[in-house]
Amino acid sequence: MAGKYLGQRLKRNEDPRLLTGQALFVDDVQLPGMLHAAFLRSDYAHAWIKSIDPSAARQHPGVVAVYTAADLGKIWKPGPLNVPPPSGIPGVVFNQRTQVPMAKDKVRHQGEAVAVVIAESRYIAEDAAAEIVVDYEPLEAVIDLEKALGEGSPLLYEDLGTNLASFVHQENGSYAEAAARADLIVKTHIVMERGTAAALENRGYVASWDNKSQSLTMWATTQGPIALRNGLATILGLSEHQIRVIAPFVGGGFGPKILLYQPEEIVVSWASLQLGRPVKWIEDRQENFGDTSQERRQIHEAEMALTRDGKILGVKDVFIHDTGAYNSYALTIPLNTQTHTTGPYKVANYLTEYRVVFTNRILVTPLRGAGRTYGTFVMERLMDKAAKRLGMDRTEIRRMNMIQPDEFPYKTGIVGQDFAKNVLDSGNYPAALDKAKEMIGYEAFLKEEQPRLRAEGKHVGLGISFFTEGSGVGPYEGARITVEASGKVNLSTGVGTQGQGHFTSFAQVAAEQLGVDPKNIFVTTGDTEAFHWGAGTFASRGATVAGSAVNAAALLVRQKILKMASKILEAPEEELELADGMVRVADIPSRCISLAELAVKANPSRGAVEPGTEPGLEATAYFGPPYGATAYGCCAMIVEVDPDTFNARIQRLVMAHDCGTVLNPMILEGQIHGGVGLGLGNSFFEKLEMDDNGQLQNASFMDYLIPRASDLPPIEIAHLHTPSPLNPLGIKGVGEAGAIPIPPAFVQAVEDALPEYNLEISEAPLSPNRLFQIVQAAKQA
Amino acid sequence: MKPAPFDYYAPASVDEALDILSEKGYDIKVLAGGQSLVPSMNFRLAQPPALLDLNNIPDLAYIKPAPDGGVVIGAMTRDSDVEHNPMVAERFPVILQAMPFIAHPQIRNRGTFGGAIAHADPAGHLPAVTLALNARYHIRSKNGDRWVGCDEFFLGPFTTAMEPDELLVEVEIPALPARTGTSYHQMARQAGAQALVGVAAVVTLDPGERVAAARIALLSVGETPVLAGRAAASLAGKLLTPETIEAAAEAAATVDTDPGGDIHCSPEYRRHLIRVLVAKSLEEAGERARGKRG
Repeated sequence: MAGKYLGQRLKRNEDPRLLTGQALFVDDVQLPGMLHAAFLRSDYAHAWIKSIDPSAARQHPGVVAVYTAADLGKIWKPGPLNVPPPSGIPGVVFNQRTQVPMAKDKVRHQGEAVAVVIAESRYIAEDAAAEIVVDYEPLEAVIDLEKALGEGSPLLYEDLGTNLASFVHQENGSYAEAAARADLIVKTHIVMERGTAAALENRGYVASWDNKSQSLTMWATTQGPIALRNGLATILGLSEHQIRVIAPFVGGGFGPKILLYQPEEIVVSWASLQLGRPVKWIEDRQENFGDTSQERRQIHEAEMALTRDGKILGVKDVFIHDTGAYNSYALTIPLNTQTHTTGPYKVANYLTEYRVVFTNRILVTPLRGAGRTYGTFVMERLMDKAAKRLGMDRTEIRRMNMIQPDEFPYKTGIVGQDFAKNVLDSGNYPAALDKAKEMIGYEAFLKEEQPRLRAEGKHVGLGISFFTEGSGVGPYEGARITVEASGKVNLSTGVGTQGQGHFTSFAQVAAEQLGVDPKNIFVTTGDTEAFHWGAGTFASRGATVAGSAVNAAALLVRQKILKMASKILEAPEEELELADGMVRVADIPSRCISLAELAVKANPSRGAVEPGTEPGLEATAYFGPPYGATAYGCCAMIVEVDPDTFNARIQRLVMAHDCGTVLNPMILEGQIHGGVGLGLGNSFFEKLEMDDNGQLQNASFMDYLIPRASDLPPIEIAHLHTPSPLNPLGIKGVGEAGAIPIPPAFVQAVEDALPEYNLEISEAPLSPNRLFQIVQAAKQA
Repeated sequence: MKPAPFDYYAPASVDEALDILSEKGYDIKVLAGGQSLVPSMNFRLAQPPALLDLNNIPDLAYIKPAPDGGVVIGAMTRDSDVEHNPMVAERFPVILQAMPFIAHPQIRNRGTFGGAIAHADPAGHLPAVTLALNARYHIRSKNGDRWVGCDEFFLGPFTTAMEPDELLVEVEIPALPARTGTSYHQMARQAGAQALVGVAAVVTLDPGERVAAARIALLSVGETPVLAGRAAASLAGKLLTPETIEAAAEAAATVDTDPGGDIHCSPEYRRHLIRVLVAKSLEEAGERARGKRG
């Protein structure tokens, strides 16, 4: 439903500021008298803290304060859960252990904060932190997920008596019954790792307590400024209106910045209150590897029961999930895995069960893809294996098991991250499969090009995989829109923004209703003083939920405009049109009034008004979906493997993608490009290498490899448009799309490029080294 | 990631620099391009009490022809200046072949030719390339100067034959004989990433196309850049055939080196890379040597 503005390929309003260095990021905040914090972090993954001696650091010139857990008083306690465990699933085990502001008695991961130095400069603070003496009694680290659950494993929480954080079992239909009548059962053991978000901007906070106004201003790299304000008010014992949280421009969120009650948020704001001076903490990259949440390993034992003609009868998936030292974000990731494993396929009998394990590593919380990536990998690997065993074309077995366009809404029967049984709202999955095949030239590649390349000694393979992306979950978001007397429009919403283009896409939504150039719509996101209701930017929900709220508010303002203009222009509302910042009588363009003039009239300054008059061309509206909309797509790629070095390179990548109504195709493509980059990282580059003692071996970008521009292939995208019935604009989310289907397509393409070894790859990420080892093993087998 | 406190000296001449070095010795670290030292200081892995910054000494940046047809490169010459120098390109194409693999252009704009050699990173490209080219290094101290050949210069990881009061001032690369071909190959996981293995090969053929001399230097395979002497010796007087090349590659992977593993590269994979990259380099160097005949 492209309109004059909505759906147009507009350049982003915010880019001139960003590209010329004029945009405000947290580290740009400079305040008179500002102090700097540096945290002393544990080198040990698991140790008792026998004592901490900060006396030398306190004497260090330029140091204002040194605090440990013992100094925090009543502030020190495990933080609240960000998300509760799911209701509606019988037998759920959830052992709650949330992050603490600084470690007391015990450290549970390398990088956990044990003390903070507040000083006149960051240099001084770091020098003094090095002078704090901590006496540790090291303990054996819990790193291996399977050993962690075994007899005699050391325990993170002695009082719990186990490292089991959670257990969840769900079943729709009966897998046992399906397996009993199956012609074929394929089984696989999958180990999949993800990694760190590697946002361009690390976390950072500036907290400024003003004694005279008795108010705290906090600039924060958060994805959830309103939730942060509310949380800080509770923790610090302030009223919510005493705290203003500003999430200015943020250089990438990807999930870890939605996590609330992070130790530094609490300590930095509390320190400002104690000292009556602004305090800044900017996370450095080395810290980020040890103190910002990650997404890591799942180990799956999965099987699929099929008929001999390839119809899926059932799927069983039992997996282990690493939550790290805490589970503050409860079960969102493994729930997403459970609801996304079956993806676009009809699986009448589905058993899914997992255990979540505490380990001596930084906590795990959603990272772009958020559990969907593992589930998609498992299912697509099972599909490939089944296709091979049955001698079927890999795309045909997928097609014949897909949910058909007339079968929506489709109930999977499995409870997901919004605690309701998952429903896929709409789509045309076979069309996306066809489109991706057409774009990559599926038949021609396999029949002609691949044999030709093979004859030239080139090892080139094709990979294709399908995915769904549950998105746009509740609860709600809101927006307020005001037409000013200048004719310009103010738009405020509660979500934070981390590069998604909200300053443009939200403006396009409002512009479509108000007939105003999006350049004249000034969008404010992430400032609790501008808008103070909402949840935040996560789960690919900004466009869907906040965008729908913007649309609703714009409609209300439009109604106000039409009502007023109808009186002034003496024409019925139906005959009026809004365009170019004017209201016009459709057939008589000279009979018109500008929105600016209307805005003046809407704010009477003298005299009486009609009873019930609300001033201003302004409205506030909220939107909450009944459940999340599910986007989907099909990715295909051509990968060349160097048979000498085992380096692999994606030569081409296509994505047929459907997220319903598109607000701005260029922004949408940018989202997919970025997601593909992360997906490629999860396929071939990114792995957090942890030794048995819990020491991260690659805590820098020298050794932790993220895909760079030179690693990314050309990406071709086709948009399909199946509007979601769950919101008036028909939007679905896209933020995580690119990150989900890349690993299964990549490993399938690698197998296809090296047919002589008949590889069966059941892990991601690969690396040249790992691929060499896999090929060596296959040679020997 | 802020460095620990340090004193800072920025002399304007080599003599002044040598005075400071002679006084401070072990307590001062030379700052050239800073592309390795500064990050390690920011990680606080290196905490030198003082820095001796050579960036105010213009006399140390030059590329000059040597009388015999070689070149002399001043220690503070930026990598990118070497990379774009026509004389270096003509006389020592292997240097150009290696240059694009040194991190990224921005880093080569700051990083220096001498700094990379004095840093003696076993994974560094320029130590291995100058080793293959049989370079020698000019070292000065307050008390005089000396030349050290590349075969004696690299003693261990980040350790050279230089004394604490000594400064590397220039590198001399001797002319290559006629019928000499060179080649450079490496494997890194992505552009600009550290090489898992790199190979610089310099092969001289006699008029009958038999190997008259060969120098094969490897990086990232041991504690220093490694000269694959047995591999080279195995080729002496022989034609470069698939068989002799394979035997040389095997010797490089099994006799000349005993590679270890790291998170990116198991010992077996590293050995495999040595085999394929040495073979590829020898083949290409041989072709180039033949191409220069007559």
